[in-house]
Amino acid sequence: MIRRIAPLLLLLLGTGLAAGPASAEVLGGAPAPMTPERLEIGMNTNEIAITPDFAGADLAIFGTIVNADELLNSIGQYDIVVTLEGPKDFTTVRRKERVFGIWMNRHSVTFKEAPASYSMSSTRKIEGEPGVPPLEAPGIGIDHIDLTPTDFLRGGAFLEEFRSALRRLKRESGLYVPDPGGVRFISSTLFQANIKLPANIPNGTHMVRAALFKSGKFVMEKTLPLRVTKTGLEQQITDAAHKQPVLYGLFSVFLALITGWGASLIFRRD
Amino acid sequence: MTIYLPIAELSVNIFVILGMGAAVGFLSGMFGVGGGFLITPLLIFYNVPPVVAVATGANQVVASSVSGAITHFRRGTLDVKLGSILLIGGLAGATVGIWIFSLLRRLGQLDLVISLLYVVFLGFVGGLMLIESVNAIRKSRKGVQPVKAPGQHPWVHRLPFKMRFKKSKIYLSVIPVIGIGFGIGVLTSVMGVGGGFIMVPAMIYLLRVPTNVVVGTSLFQIIFTTAYTTVVQAATNYSVDVVLAFILMAAGVVGAQYGVRVGQKLRGEQLRALLALLVLAVGIRLFLQLVITPTDIYSLAIGGGNG
Repeated sequence: MIRRIAPLLLLLLGTGLAAGPASAEVLGGAPAPMTPERLEIGMNTNEIAITPDFAGADLAIFGTIVNADELLNSIGQYDIVVTLEGPKDFTTVRRKERVFGIWMNRHSVTFKEAPASYSMSSTRKIEGEPGVPPLEAPGIGIDHIDLTPTDFLRGGAFLEEFRSALRRLKRESGLYVPDPGGVRFISSTLFQANIKLPANIPNGTHMVRAALFKSGKFVMEKTLPLRVTKTGLEQQITDAAHKQPVLYGLFSVFLALITGWGASLIFRRD
Repeated sequence: MTIYLPIAELSVNIFVILGMGAAVGFLSGMFGVGGGFLITPLLIFYNVPPVVAVATGANQVVASSVSGAITHFRRGTLDVKLGSILLIGGLAGATVGIWIFSLLRRLGQLDLVISLLYVVFLGFVGGLMLIESVNAIRKSRKGVQPVKAPGQHPWVHRLPFKMRFKKSKIYLSVIPVIGIGFGIGVLTSVMGVGGGFIMVPAMIYLLRVPTNVVVGTSLFQIIFTTAYTTVVQAATNYSVDVVLAFILMAAGVVGAQYGVRVGQKLRGEQLRALLALLVLAVGIRLFLQLVITPTDIYSLAIGGGNG
């Protein structure tokens, strides 16, 4: 610990204080070389097997702020936001309208690369609260997920309505989960983030992103991949249906033929 | 006890699905229909996505029509030649139907079209059946013998490419046969029905096929069109839920056996009036779903870049 703090002290005496605010301009990406604080994170697993009776769980991510300024730390100037972003895919939002008395889909907007799920956990609300300024967190948080339509013209003036509808529907289905207060400090610099995995968490490679903020300004972030694989018979069926669709279809028909034929044998009345 | 349906991506109560299958099986045995036109709307009412409900409905109909067709084949009331000609049209129709289905799905109008088709067909068939059966009940109360349709030759009998169907004892152009098969094939892939409830009256009134071979022959062609539709739906839309289909068909074939027994005790016109009321009720329920303001006017669809 002392070895880690020592360079910080040196930096603080030198150019460290000046470099801090400047590096806040860096949006995401690699840590700025001049920034003294660093973030280190780890997980107990990088692969999660979801069983059929899975009803949601917590994923624990541990991390530490290296080279933390003890003065700032003691007055709670460091904030951590940890997000778990699901695999991205095109997502279409459709809106119904009444046409001749019948409700039908009239308008749609397709967004590129909307994450299938998005769980987040933070030391506080990133939008800020009365008396607490919001975190300057580009691209972090449910309201900041990058939702770019495939075709800007089609959404028109309603684009924002479709964006918020997507976020709302995802929240309602439990796939976008905010948890302000899910990150807690175990010691002054060691923290634990609990990320809620929804019961309907999608398959695929998810991305854990941990972002460090100093006095509300973004400092740096670290990412780790998390593979989510569903197991069990149900998943094997889903896999078969998508990877061997013709065989799967033939099997379904075969099962129906056997069932129908079997019934006519069992219930034959002569 | 809940069970997870892998393709519908839905946790359901297994007893509700078993009950649904048994009830529809019972009715299909009682009335001699495939039951697809009841299964698909019921699944939609139970929040199964219409895409899955249609494809799975087709799979379920395979099972219910196989046991019926075997019985008819044993009794000799199945015209394989006529059924095969129907099937040629049926397979072509199912192929076109799948194409329409995928197109509508991309446009986001699939759910609407499925519901509208059901409302129109259920309303039409249910209404006609109700009128016909009420008239028949009235006549039988008055003691009048039902009048047989006069032996006229309608326009379908003047078409070319005639063929002799020995078992049905008819000499008929293949054009209307293929045409009916085609229409039913389209309905099978878009609505997930066998189409017996339309094919049987069409064969009786349009083609003048003797009543005793109509049901067996239509079941024969339904097996193959629904089987074909199941495979193609699985291959193109990944929408056949084999778990759901199996529960439905297992309960359905058992229910059908009891339905047949009850059906034999009831009188034909009363039976038809009951079925008509049921068909109308399902149609009205679907219609209401279309006109009542939805709780959420927005919906999400994942995947596909060109929506």
